Amino acid sequence: MKFSVMISEGPYTHQASDTAYNFIKAALEGGHEIFRVFFYHDGVNNGTRLTTPPQDDRNIINRWSELAKQHDLDLVLCVAAAQRRGIADADEAKRNGKDADNIAEGFRISGLGQLIEAGIQADRLVTFGD
Amino acid sequence: MSILHTVNKSPFEKNSLRSCIEHALQGSAVLLIEDGVYGAINNTAIAETVKKAMENVAVYALKSDIDARGISQDHLIDNIELVDYSGFVKLAAEHDKVQSWL
Amino acid sequence: MSQTKKFLYVNRKAPYGTIYALESLEVVLIGAAFEQDVSMAFLDDGVFQITKNQNTKESGMKNFSPTYNALGDYDVNKIYVEKESLDARGLSVEDLLELTYEDEDDDYAEKSSIHVVSKAELAELMDQQDVIFSF
Repeated sequence: MKFSVMISEGPYTHQASDTAYNFIKAALEGGHEIFRVFFYHDGVNNGTRLTTPPQDDRNIINRWSELAKQHDLDLVLCVAAAQRRGIADADEAKRNGKDADNIAEGFRISGLGQLIEAGIQADRLVTFGD
Repeated sequence: MSILHTVNKSPFEKNSLRSCIEHALQGSAVLLIEDGVYGAINNTAIAETVKKAMENVAVYALKSDIDARGISQDHLIDNIELVDYSGFVKLAAEHDKVQSWL
Repeated sequence: MSQTKKFLYVNRKAPYGTIYALESLEVVLIGAAFEQDVSMAFLDDGVFQITKNQNTKESGMKNFSPTYNALGDYDVNKIYVEKESLDARGLSVEDLLELTYEDEDDDYAEKSSIHVVSKAELAELMDQQDVIFSF
């Protein structure tokens, strides 16, 4: 089965990122394919590389980067949501006149069309939010 | 067509579980996750509603969320099946689509 | 060869208190370009998103309710509003924006996009969809 996942909340504040991560891992272990993971609303905050969570707790952002690398996952941050919330890659930072970018490894920024496509191309769309 | 409905908020905080149950058709399934697992506890203000729904709809709860919240399995409504994440994936694959009641 | 799926966008949250109403509308508008079979459902507090007379001037927030009027132009004309949700909130269809579209199969006659449906009808509708988006 081909799954697309939508994540609508940021790391730590809501359990959504955790549940999504565990679901995706289980799906991959079960031999399923993850077509895309699309981060919307505050979900784009999963894509900043500037977090320093406590050492004795899970590092949500690094976990995403590692999982993406291990399984060649397509982690997409919605550009409009990212602009609103201050998550940018080098191109976005330059385009919007910002003096820094903060996107984490393994993520890319793209438009809402990627979410729609994720819904069209996958067999199942699963949403994790509040 | 059958739907896997997921409910992730406590029924004492939001109306999501109630609304989900009121829209779930026979043959679909409801999976309680995150704070939604509080809806699996017996003898609460919503327990009878959940039990009634179970006449038409299968109700599951994510075991890791039950355990995380210290909910004793003895305190759950009878016949709510506990699943792990691979069980969640299986339910998502078995039903035609997933609807998240946030 | 791209397929056509039945897409349902489910709206259950009130506007302004959170961003979900605004950002979900943005999904619907972008999604319109993909020519899927689109329906929108407004239930629970989602019915508040499409009420008339939203005046955000003093709040400093953007009044995005006029954007719902554009849905018809984007071929999003199957808008289902749940009756029980309206009733519980003391609303009737007269309190809602008059969302319309031009029916190209009927000489571009202007028709209402809004269908007030019962909970049971909405449940059936949800069951018929291929992909359900929740915000």
